[in-house]
Amino acid sequence: MELNQLTAHELLDKLRSKQVASGQILDSLYARIEAVEPKVKAYARFKPGNTQANGLAGLLPVTVKDNICTEGLNTECCSKILCGFRPPYDATVISKLKKSGNAIFPLKANMDEFAFGSSTENSSFGPTHNPWNLECVPGGSSGGSAAAVASDEAIWALGSDTGGSIRQPASFCGVVGLKPTYGRVSRFGLIAFASSLDQIGPITKDVEDAAILARIISGYDPNDSTSVNQDLPDYTDSLGKDIKGVKIGIPKEYFIEGLDPEVKLVIEEAIKKLESLGAVSKQVSLPHTQYAVPVYYIVATAEASSNLARFDGVQYGYRAKSDSLIQMYKKTRAEGFGEEAKRRIILGTFALSHGYYDAYYLRALKVRTLIKNDFDAVFKDFDCIITPTSPTPAFKIGEKTADPLQMYLSDIYTISVNLAGIPAISIPCGFSKSGLPIGLQIMAKPFNEGMLFRLAHAFEQSTQWHKVKPRL
Amino acid sequence: MRYQTVIGLEVHLQLKTKTKAFCGCAIDFGKTPNSGVCPVCLGFPGTLPVYNKEALNSAIKVALAFSCQIQEHTKFDRKNYFYPDLPKNYQISQFDLPLSRHGYLDIFSDNKTKRIGITRVHLEEDAGKLIHESNASMVDFNRAGVPLLEIVSEPDLNSPQEAFDYLTSLKNIIEYLDVSDCDMEKGSLRCDANISLRPEGSKELGVKAELKNMNSFKGVKDALVFEVDRQAALLEAGQAMVQETRLWDAENGETVSMRNKEGAKDYRYFPDPDLTVFIIEQTMVSRIKSQLPELPHDKMRRFMRDYGLSEYDAKILVSSKKNAQFAEECIRKYPGKDKKNMANWLIGPMLSEANSRKVELHELNVNMEDLISLIGFVENQSISHLSAKLVLTQMIDSQKPAELIIRENNMLQISDTAELEQVISGVIRENEKSVTSFRAGKTNALMFLVGQVMKKSAGKANPKIVGELIKRRLTDA
Repeated sequence: MELNQLTAHELLDKLRSKQVASGQILDSLYARIEAVEPKVKAYARFKPGNTQANGLAGLLPVTVKDNICTEGLNTECCSKILCGFRPPYDATVISKLKKSGNAIFPLKANMDEFAFGSSTENSSFGPTHNPWNLECVPGGSSGGSAAAVASDEAIWALGSDTGGSIRQPASFCGVVGLKPTYGRVSRFGLIAFASSLDQIGPITKDVEDAAILARIISGYDPNDSTSVNQDLPDYTDSLGKDIKGVKIGIPKEYFIEGLDPEVKLVIEEAIKKLESLGAVSKQVSLPHTQYAVPVYYIVATAEASSNLARFDGVQYGYRAKSDSLIQMYKKTRAEGFGEEAKRRIILGTFALSHGYYDAYYLRALKVRTLIKNDFDAVFKDFDCIITPTSPTPAFKIGEKTADPLQMYLSDIYTISVNLAGIPAISIPCGFSKSGLPIGLQIMAKPFNEGMLFRLAHAFEQSTQWHKVKPRL
Repeated sequence: MRYQTVIGLEVHLQLKTKTKAFCGCAIDFGKTPNSGVCPVCLGFPGTLPVYNKEALNSAIKVALAFSCQIQEHTKFDRKNYFYPDLPKNYQISQFDLPLSRHGYLDIFSDNKTKRIGITRVHLEEDAGKLIHESNASMVDFNRAGVPLLEIVSEPDLNSPQEAFDYLTSLKNIIEYLDVSDCDMEKGSLRCDANISLRPEGSKELGVKAELKNMNSFKGVKDALVFEVDRQAALLEAGQAMVQETRLWDAENGETVSMRNKEGAKDYRYFPDPDLTVFIIEQTMVSRIKSQLPELPHDKMRRFMRDYGLSEYDAKILVSSKKNAQFAEECIRKYPGKDKKNMANWLIGPMLSEANSRKVELHELNVNMEDLISLIGFVENQSISHLSAKLVLTQMIDSQKPAELIIRENNMLQISDTAELEQVISGVIRENEKSVTSFRAGKTNALMFLVGQVMKKSAGKANPKIVGELIKRRLTDA
């Protein structure tokens, strides 16, 4: 095995015992990137032959999504409107990584523009391809991060998850993806999509790596008023524990029409596997599930319409030439934003407009509370909830671009988690007949990431799915 | 037809906190453009606001001083609009759950006290400043993110003068709280006015105009006076009023329509998801309340009670925090029994000196002991009140002690009757006509004769003694 194919914890062991030097890891990564990046396109702004393994401080390089601010490194959210933007500051997660001795990989991961999408097709740098099938999407919006990890172009990576943007691509690419509890990880330096839903999380090759990376980036941050001052356990303590008697709820609303039979079968097998390890499962109900997608597309777009107002050509990023201020605003935003960004800004602006606010935004907030109450009720009796991460395996590039509504529905199983603010993880649990990975989603109570790692690790250790690599 | 004027004022106060409302930038307006900024107040992507506790404290102080109810649950909202001085293209403000509501402010107008309702006091952030040059416009973000307090009055003001008096009272209170510079010319206090007219006795409000761009209290009053006439003329002519924003043009003394689609403005307020709803603990409110300084109204009552001042006099003294401080110290040091003597000197000669020099009482640099000694000269009739005023002026100009000025100018009054009798004899001789009138019962004639004696003694004669001497001479003979 090449170094770039190893997990972070394997490499950390080798680094500590001085079997390898960090330069060698970088060399192997760059060699891999030069070889497969032209096919996968996991990175934004990648130019062949432009990779050089020098000047990196720290041990293991972490691949970072293009919407997380890295001091002095382009951070453009894969949008033309932020072209050339180099933040003069690091996101809190980046400072934490640097402090813990990790290096920030100089190439940033591709993504849907401003994290608007489920396929990484909405990037100003063009789509990323799924390493398991180059004709398929890697999922989104953190498709670059997930594809880079799956193709061994990255050791581990950070993504952001607003409605499934870590878990769904992790599922599509056969890797591990965690969306932490809202408030667990500082959002300072994450270029906001929907502030009340966004969380940064790890995308990794196995559960142990996710536990290590999650621990490093988590914790209260005085620079983020929404971050929560809660005890932060060492997540690796949850690894290797048995899962006897762990109570799993299976929500009936997630096993409905639209769920691919192949996916259904694989998930049912996975649940059986967990039961064989001592867990007990029972059907439960999350009655407001059907409202999650509409609620999400009101709340998220409303917040986005306001968050994206600052991209106006005045201070940074793209500015269209024009004679007057209003024309400059209009041209800059018309030329700088992609189609999906415009669609969401318009949707959100409408939802907040005078006369519609009560009917849409306010109502959505109320239903959001009902969705959260559903989870609270189930978690009174259950330790976790298990569902498919996505109703289907990866779909073809171009398959859903003409139908935004179909695209939105691919997040149907991940969105509720963000609305409720709870943590959830996606782990590989099998393949479709055509050889595409399928992900298992585990949800837990707020601030109970430990339960996710415990269950996910027990499953992973008794299966081989995470060890299968795509042939590129 | 007779109309009633209805005015409501919206005041924005810049709080003088150490740092900005949602970031750690120090507030310093002397700086060169865009030097007092950071990624947070510039609204850079990914940055987040964290509210300033000192600003919240100041805001609660002001709200309590206006007897507002502090809301237990409050939150920040985003007010969305595009403007180049607004880095995020939304302003963090408060919409439906403001920090406080339902307060009032007592104003003293036209010799009556009137209570004006305060609708709400809330906290928000200031925008930057545009600098226009002939071929370019530039933005200075030093001001962006400075905490602003918005104080909205009920439409309880019924004349431009009342609006003026409201602003004066408000400024007075803020000055006592020491939370803002309240300088309209420098923009630390800004005021917009809503004004409408309605037929006397009518309950319904008329169509209002919102007036902006006034940069002094007088400007606010002048703009309102102009607007009262303009609206009355329109109503008289039976023309329909349009709800609009009008800018005050101080140079031409008129308000001019901004001609924008005011009705179409939609700020799309919604709760700022970056700042969670927070609870203002009652204990915190009680603590702030207990630490409030003595406010003008309470000070006035105390001056009346402790120093026997009239309401009018006490009101004048407390109308400036610094004047009140200086005056109280003088009154305390004054050894005489009747404290009013000192108060009269402060409200009279001292204040008129201060006003003519456009400074506060303490800035006259009059030594208190010296002022007391000057009043002593008057009280023991060593100099006349008139001369004393001249001495005071010289004390201020030359910074010499009162006694020295009096001696140098030989101003001590002549109270020696023998000396005075001589002068009086001369005056009686030269003014037979007046003497005759006095004897005929015309008291005015006495005044004239006293005046003549004063003139002859170059103002040094003690007029009281002179009057008595003349009276005795003319009635005895």
